[in-house]
Amino acid sequence: MSPLVYHALVGFVVLNAVIGMVTYVTLLERKFAARMQSRIGPYYVGWPHGWLQPIADALKLMMKEDIVPRAADRWVYNLAPLAFLVPCILVFATIPFAPGLGVADLNIGVLFFLAVSALEIVGLFMGGWGSNNKYALLSAMRAVNQIISYDLPFIFAALVPVVLAGSLQLSVIVEAQRAMYGAFVFYPVLGQLAFVAFLVATLAAENRVPFDILEAESELVAGFRVEYSGMKFALIQLGEYAHMIATSFLGALLFLGGWLGPGPAWMGPVWFLLKAVVVFLVVTWVRWSFVRIRVDQILAISWKLLLPATLVLLMATALVVALRSTGGA
Amino acid sequence: MSGYLPVAIFTALIVGFGVVSLAMARVLRPSRPNDVKLSNYECGAEPIGSAWIQFPVGFYLVALVFIVFDALAVFLFPWVLVLRTVGMPAFWVMAAFVGIIGLGWLYAYREGVLEWK
Repeated sequence: MSPLVYHALVGFVVLNAVIGMVTYVTLLERKFAARMQSRIGPYYVGWPHGWLQPIADALKLMMKEDIVPRAADRWVYNLAPLAFLVPCILVFATIPFAPGLGVADLNIGVLFFLAVSALEIVGLFMGGWGSNNKYALLSAMRAVNQIISYDLPFIFAALVPVVLAGSLQLSVIVEAQRAMYGAFVFYPVLGQLAFVAFLVATLAAENRVPFDILEAESELVAGFRVEYSGMKFALIQLGEYAHMIATSFLGALLFLGGWLGPGPAWMGPVWFLLKAVVVFLVVTWVRWSFVRIRVDQILAISWKLLLPATLVLLMATALVVALRSTGGA
Repeated sequence: MSGYLPVAIFTALIVGFGVVSLAMARVLRPSRPNDVKLSNYECGAEPIGSAWIQFPVGFYLVALVFIVFDALAVFLFPWVLVLRTVGMPAFWVMAAFVGIIGLGWLYAYREGVLEWK
């Protein structure tokens, strides 16, 4: 089989797995949220417990009329969902689901992930600007505020496991965690602090409550996607959830030891999936437990607390590693 | 660079998925536009003017500080890789660099740049 066909097949399988996961993660979140509020959640479509609800949602969105506002910048408006979707799913390219199982286990995996996941802001701003809607534009501006505030703590917290493992390749980082009882989160003090900082930055990077000022329903209705309908709306939602799952996978790889776990080798992907779902559920749990914080508070938490704290944490980790290294004085 | 061929193919597949799903929706969906539908959404009221106006962005100076720290992040990536082999000298060099930028951060803090205005 030529490498071109092989890579196309692998990419096709991963793409479908991601889309399948996204559709069913929406159901998981709705069920989880319902449980937290003593409701039942989706139930009747695909009785029992709404197993077909995500499929029904996708079909419904495909049949809906697509409305492009007369005042919108048509090119920017129509391209925005694609520009948003591509980086959100592209981050999965570098995630290994088990040793050698993934699209490409790049030697700069973490850098690739962080760089590409920050690109989603381009599509988001295109949507906000192209709609020529005041809510959408304000939301896009807030999104920029969010990304300049939380991208740096996110990078610094994600670099802590990189320093401990000495590599940017995700599979190498996972294997390095064997020495630390199978997860960097067990590293005394540094591991736990970095994991907490990573989770907080993750919430902001995914624009989730309590950091969801850019889609604050009570002020901005739905934020940058207020003018989108039908399949374009569906693509934006898909991208958003794909980004969320990808960040959960990254957290499981960097801090929770990825596919490491008891049992035979084929259990690896199962462990990995379970750990990623745990990270995702923690994020969802926070979402349904806290209230949204104000714009100025978001700026203050990031720039006055999280940024210096993660930088100091990174330097402390570097000091420990450098002292133990061969070149230590 | 051969390691990036799968990434390029994956990107093409994602774009393909997006285009195909939009095209499918184009075939399936109804299209009955009217004047009210095509107007911009402003909570049901008639939209007042365009959204493309000049307005002050509250985090302008913070964005400038962000660029400084982003440049720091760029230097951190190669540094974490050589930390093991170079050891303490590498740590001290980066500590001095972070210290200088930290002073800049302190100055920005004292000047009130990090406040939302």
